[in-house]
Amino acid sequence: MGKVELDLKRVPKKPVPPPPQDLYAKRKQIYPKLAHGKFRSVKWLVMAVTLGVYYLLPWIRWPRGAGAPDQAVLADFAGERFYFFFIEIWPQEIYYLTGLLIIAALGLFLVTSLFGRVWCGYTCPQTVWTDLFIWVERAFEGDRAARMRLDKAPMSAGKLSRKLGKHAVWLLISFVTGGAFILYWHDAPTIARTFFIGQAPLSAYWFAGILTLTTYFLAGTMREQVCTYMCPWPRIQGALTDEQALNVTYRFARGEPRAPMRKDTDWSTRGDCIDCNQCVQVCPMGIDIRNGAQLECIHCALCIDACDQMMDKIGRPRGLIAYDTDAAMDAVAHGQKPKYQLLRARTILYAVLMAAIAGLMTFGLSTRASFEINTLKDRSPPFVQLSDGSLRNGYTLKLVNKTGDDREMRIEASGLAGAELDIIGLQAEGEPNVFLLPVAANGVDRFKLYITVPPGTVARQDHITFTVTDTDTGETYSNTVSFRGQ
Amino acid sequence: MSDHERDIDQHSGTETTGHEWDGIKELNTPLPRWWLITWYVTIAWAIVYMILMPAIPALPGLGTNTPGVRGQSDRVNVAASIDQLHTARQEDAARLLGASLQQIETDRDLQQFAMAMGESAFGDNCATCHGAGGRGARGYPVLADDVWLWTGTLDGIEQTIRHGIRHEEDPDTRFSAMPAFGQMGMLDRHQIDDVTEYVVSLTAEEFDAEAAVRGAEVFELQCASCHASDATGMRDVGAPNLTDADWLYGGDRDTIYATVFNARNSHMPAWGDRLDDATIKALAVYVHSLGGGE
Repeated sequence: MGKVELDLKRVPKKPVPPPPQDLYAKRKQIYPKLAHGKFRSVKWLVMAVTLGVYYLLPWIRWPRGAGAPDQAVLADFAGERFYFFFIEIWPQEIYYLTGLLIIAALGLFLVTSLFGRVWCGYTCPQTVWTDLFIWVERAFEGDRAARMRLDKAPMSAGKLSRKLGKHAVWLLISFVTGGAFILYWHDAPTIARTFFIGQAPLSAYWFAGILTLTTYFLAGTMREQVCTYMCPWPRIQGALTDEQALNVTYRFARGEPRAPMRKDTDWSTRGDCIDCNQCVQVCPMGIDIRNGAQLECIHCALCIDACDQMMDKIGRPRGLIAYDTDAAMDAVAHGQKPKYQLLRARTILYAVLMAAIAGLMTFGLSTRASFEINTLKDRSPPFVQLSDGSLRNGYTLKLVNKTGDDREMRIEASGLAGAELDIIGLQAEGEPNVFLLPVAANGVDRFKLYITVPPGTVARQDHITFTVTDTDTGETYSNTVSFRGQ
Repeated sequence: MSDHERDIDQHSGTETTGHEWDGIKELNTPLPRWWLITWYVTIAWAIVYMILMPAIPALPGLGTNTPGVRGQSDRVNVAASIDQLHTARQEDAARLLGASLQQIETDRDLQQFAMAMGESAFGDNCATCHGAGGRGARGYPVLADDVWLWTGTLDGIEQTIRHGIRHEEDPDTRFSAMPAFGQMGMLDRHQIDDVTEYVVSLTAEEFDAEAAVRGAEVFELQCASCHASDATGMRDVGAPNLTDADWLYGGDRDTIYATVFNARNSHMPAWGDRLDDATIKALAVYVHSLGGGE
């Protein structure tokens, strides 16, 4: 870039006063042309996979036995469970979700520092649905030139039917999108039926309605404005990419000076860019990639396809627009060989952090106990002195059974000499201090426990250990809690 | 603004607003128009909302807030929710009514429901005097220990809750009256001193043996009819055992003297006509489970 010169001279006054400046900019309609090539194919594939997963995932069944839902992926709010295939998350284990979100965020950081905004270009829902909506638009109104003509043409029966058809299909897709969302929160076949006979919960209608509208407006009419004005990610990514990140780049050094191609073009004296404007025409964001890295650019690589196709036609090598790094561009501009560095401090750090958190979560999930024992000591009263001077403490025992079977646990109290165990509503089994506790499948059972010790055994404070043993499997779990005598 | 001439910044190619400060000009980078439209939509929505929902507060002269066309009222909604809750509870409450207290305590399902219901009812109605968890207070018996003035059985506890203690409006209330020996002139101060010393002697290490012997005679004549000759009390009349470590008001000389002189006849209201049957049953099971149940 040369020296910046500000010319403060004003443009000479014209005799006719200019129209008043508009404080608000009207949106310029963008008519993206259909691109053909490697990246367009990848984008079709990604669209098919992501939409397929979104629409079909809730329909997958995953038998879990009686009493539990058989939906593979389900956020069951009423039953306070989250199901994901073989994983079942209880409310107190919501940190697994936190871990998942952290991994997702780090994954986003990692791919951004490696390949720039691939998230924006290929997988962001805004991009995927906008792409789908443009595909519908193209089916009804034709490609770029035809659409521009149609919009300029006066209203006619033909124009009206094309527009109506397009909006009808948009609304249908939007409704299916909003409808698919609620399938994740209810049993899919049930809610799909009750939804249409008016028996679904009100919240289902609200969410289906809201997501229908947002899909319709964001993908149909707002499109690139969502990325440019609403989304924080273009702002954040500036902190994540560096000169080593691969971005969709117009190679200045090769392309400039640009000029239209003539029959006897001598490529040795000029750049490869023939100013055909194809890169601009296919851009869904309506920008010119030749102006360099821009906030608006979602790095969808459609301009690469368009340019490669053109280069093939004029017999020049592909890659005038390509995934490239700022550092490599700079090297080429200075006549050096470009160097690419995928292993950098930040990419290694992101990868290591991801692996560490994924490892922690896997460890946690695989070693997760199917049973939990929690003993809460009564705080009021902290202790009770009985008429014969012996001391008693009360406890609430909570047994969490995460398996699908009813279990029977044998409880013992140890650690305090002469301690006598009582459980409200239960009788000791055979010998004193031994009780059998029934614990229902997939639930939490509470028991009221009392420990009484003879006078003089506990002065201030001591500890008692409750041990429960599964009468079938012999698994034991225990808790040590305090016993107060003062 | 129409008197401004068009001015293009040569470096950026962007039009300026025409404002200039010491040679620095402001580029005209207009907001997208849909922002403005969104703002108008929110204003329109606010107006619709003010018509539909309560919006303008009760200003002087206005009396109340504007109710809104939809008649939305959180107060009404809460009342409806509470009604709904009561209806939902009726089913479980009905199961409590159909079961005996013993069945409730041994049936796991009924027990868990009764304990939860009883705990919340206890917190609302009983904890004011008896303390959270029945920890008791001076003059208000501890419900978590094994000392009972009247009775500690499930049915007995239910009877006490339902009819109260010395609640004279209820004919079935538990009733007894300790005479105010000093106030009524039944005993003179020396006799009260002696009988106090005797009661102290039942549990204390140090006492005046001579006075205690004199007091024992007074005790046999005046007190034993209720507190029994061996001073272990009598549950039929709610007379406490004076030989254990448990004191409702205090076991020191001054307190015992005041007790004999003025009498203690504490009162517990009858809850039978304040609480429904299911709640009373749940309370009985809960109190019975606090530690002292017999």
